[in-house]
Amino acid sequence: MPSRSEMTYVEAPIRAFAVATMFWGVVGFLMGVLIASQLAWPLLNLDLPWTSFGRLRPVHTSAVIFAFGGNALLCTSLYIVQRTCRARLFGGNDMGWFLFWGYQFFIVSAALGYVLGVTQGKEYAEPEWYVDLWLTLVWVAYLVAFAGTIVKREEPHIYVANWFFLAFIITVAMLHIVNNLALPVGDGSSHSYGLAAGVQNAMIQWWYGHNAVGFFLTAGFLGMMYYFIPKQANRPVYSYRLSIVHFWSLIFLYIWAGPHHLFYTALPDWAQTLGMVFSVMLWMPSWGGMINGIMTLSGAWDKLRTDPGLRFSVTAVGFYGMSTFEGPVMSIRAVNALSHYTDWTIGHVHSGAMGWVGFITFGALYWLFPVLWKKKGLYSTRLADWHFWIATLGIVLYITAMWVSGIMQGLMWRAYDENGFLQYSFIETVAAMHPYYVIRWLGGVLYLSGALIMAFNLYKTVTQVEGSQPAAAPANALAAE
Amino acid sequence: MFKKFSHGPIERNVLILGVLTLITVSLGGLAQIVPLFTIESTIERVAGIRPYTPLELMGRDIYVREGCYACHSQMIRPFRDEAERYGHYSLAAESIYDRPFQWGSKRTGPDLARVGGRYSDDWQAAHLRSPRDLVPDSIMPPYSFLDRPLDAARVPASLRAQQRLGVPYSDEHVAQAMADLRTQADPDADPTAFNRRYPRARQGVFDGNPRQLTEMDALVAYLQMLGTLVQFRDVTPEQLRQQ
Repeated sequence: MPSRSEMTYVEAPIRAFAVATMFWGVVGFLMGVLIASQLAWPLLNLDLPWTSFGRLRPVHTSAVIFAFGGNALLCTSLYIVQRTCRARLFGGNDMGWFLFWGYQFFIVSAALGYVLGVTQGKEYAEPEWYVDLWLTLVWVAYLVAFAGTIVKREEPHIYVANWFFLAFIITVAMLHIVNNLALPVGDGSSHSYGLAAGVQNAMIQWWYGHNAVGFFLTAGFLGMMYYFIPKQANRPVYSYRLSIVHFWSLIFLYIWAGPHHLFYTALPDWAQTLGMVFSVMLWMPSWGGMINGIMTLSGAWDKLRTDPGLRFSVTAVGFYGMSTFEGPVMSIRAVNALSHYTDWTIGHVHSGAMGWVGFITFGALYWLFPVLWKKKGLYSTRLADWHFWIATLGIVLYITAMWVSGIMQGLMWRAYDENGFLQYSFIETVAAMHPYYVIRWLGGVLYLSGALIMAFNLYKTVTQVEGSQPAAAPANALAAE
Repeated sequence: MFKKFSHGPIERNVLILGVLTLITVSLGGLAQIVPLFTIESTIERVAGIRPYTPLELMGRDIYVREGCYACHSQMIRPFRDEAERYGHYSLAAESIYDRPFQWGSKRTGPDLARVGGRYSDDWQAAHLRSPRDLVPDSIMPPYSFLDRPLDAARVPASLRAQQRLGVPYSDEHVAQAMADLRTQADPDADPTAFNRRYPRARQGVFDGNPRQLTEMDALVAYLQMLGTLVQFRDVTPEQLRQQ
């Protein structure tokens, strides 16, 4: 790359996004640990409106998805689009700062609303109409900045990571607008009622909800995978042709999968069947993407021993493969009859969220921080190693606890005694969950601890005086083994 | 013929890439959402469904505000164990006035689709105030703070907004919203006009305190009507058929 154009990239807002990603990550994990402890020890609800589980749960989900995940996506997409297009961000620094502060304002006003009880009552779409309008404005600016940068590019081709980011931005705009169509009650009230009701509302909400997973938490993060894994491994993407097939099949199939959240409900059978068929098919493009990511390491596997950032990225793709196999299995109606409404779903979501979304972001941040702050390397690869193993152990504890509790509760609900009566009252199945809720809480504590170690490591990386740190960072990692 | 196909033009033009992407991601939603508005048999043809009374609507808004859906579903599936535990499976018709729908996705607590009439008003209020006094193993948060006055000022505006969205509230419903709200919470009030507008809606001192209209009154009134509108004794299999 010519250094001439390197000098003109917009970087300060991207550094701010990187710091915000780490900050909201810690906040989101902390909220997760808090509400997990409320399920294990209900006294922690404190009998106050603002601290009850029902209000804090959306604070956790929005903090990890939209604050941690969203800042990570904005940070990396704006970084990547400039480098892969060899063009300065459309709109320059002003655009970057508008996106940064506009997005943080969205997060804070949404979270304040939840705590005060201002909510639409739709999962992952809780913010009320005025927050939705603001986000729409910021999102359109994001699309303009991203597409505008691509238009200005000096490279003939649009790099594959940018296809995924573009699809993520366009689709999230479509989902956000349609799912949040609402009529404010008026009289200055923050409250509104949605245009659709009942069964149509359910279908639209899970069309939105599942594709918040499919496009926010998958397509966007695949964009990260397609840039950072080749960068970290210093290898080109495994297969160009597979990238094309992966991209179009993934975005076409994902959007049909929503009804698997509504099996055996009052949603008509034809829609449920469509949802099941497409959910099972979705396994294929998902694994195509996983193969493309992992095989990029061909000939560079040794780097896993020395580069903890790459280790996070590759483990993320492994978790991605596992979750995208588990998902189609749970989308088979007979399996879903058992798993639905139980903790199994919670475990599935967290193997994807902590394993895939979290780890691919950690990998990207460990790579980006030294680059963005022009340092030779991380403050400590050894601390990054500790982070990796503590976080991995946390995920394993979390998802195994949820598998056991979920399947156990599903089976207890449908168990009959020898006289043909239901064997367990509902509250007996709640009591049986307690040990697993404690183990899950412990898994969350470990994951949060890892993130705190990471935050310390990144802080020291940014503030370290150049030259005071031994340049042979990989040697530390070896010594640690 | 596929030999001639090249991805080149698509990945060289952001407009083509963007438009093709938009078309690709639109298809699934169009196919799954639009027919739900046009196929009539999506909603079962059962009698008894009526819009929420003003007090129930306020209670429902509190249910939504407190995030009850995070732990309670309102959607009974057509399984033997669920029929025995909760009652008849839920119909699409039973949530046609639900904005937002509250089917839920997790049962940390039991399904509530037919909790109406299962327990007394006093039990519901006491349980909400302190769940573990009645169910020692419960992990539900206590909601004693709901014993505060109900802010009912926006009731007419709420009904008006729902009317604009197609809920069959007449202008009379909207005009009488405040009066209906008080009538339902006061068993001594004359229910004639109220019951003409909301057939079979029940009056009560829902929170045990007749002197004050509280959020607890509204929430208990809502819980006590859940799943009670359709009389399943009178329903024929033909009426339940869904496309």
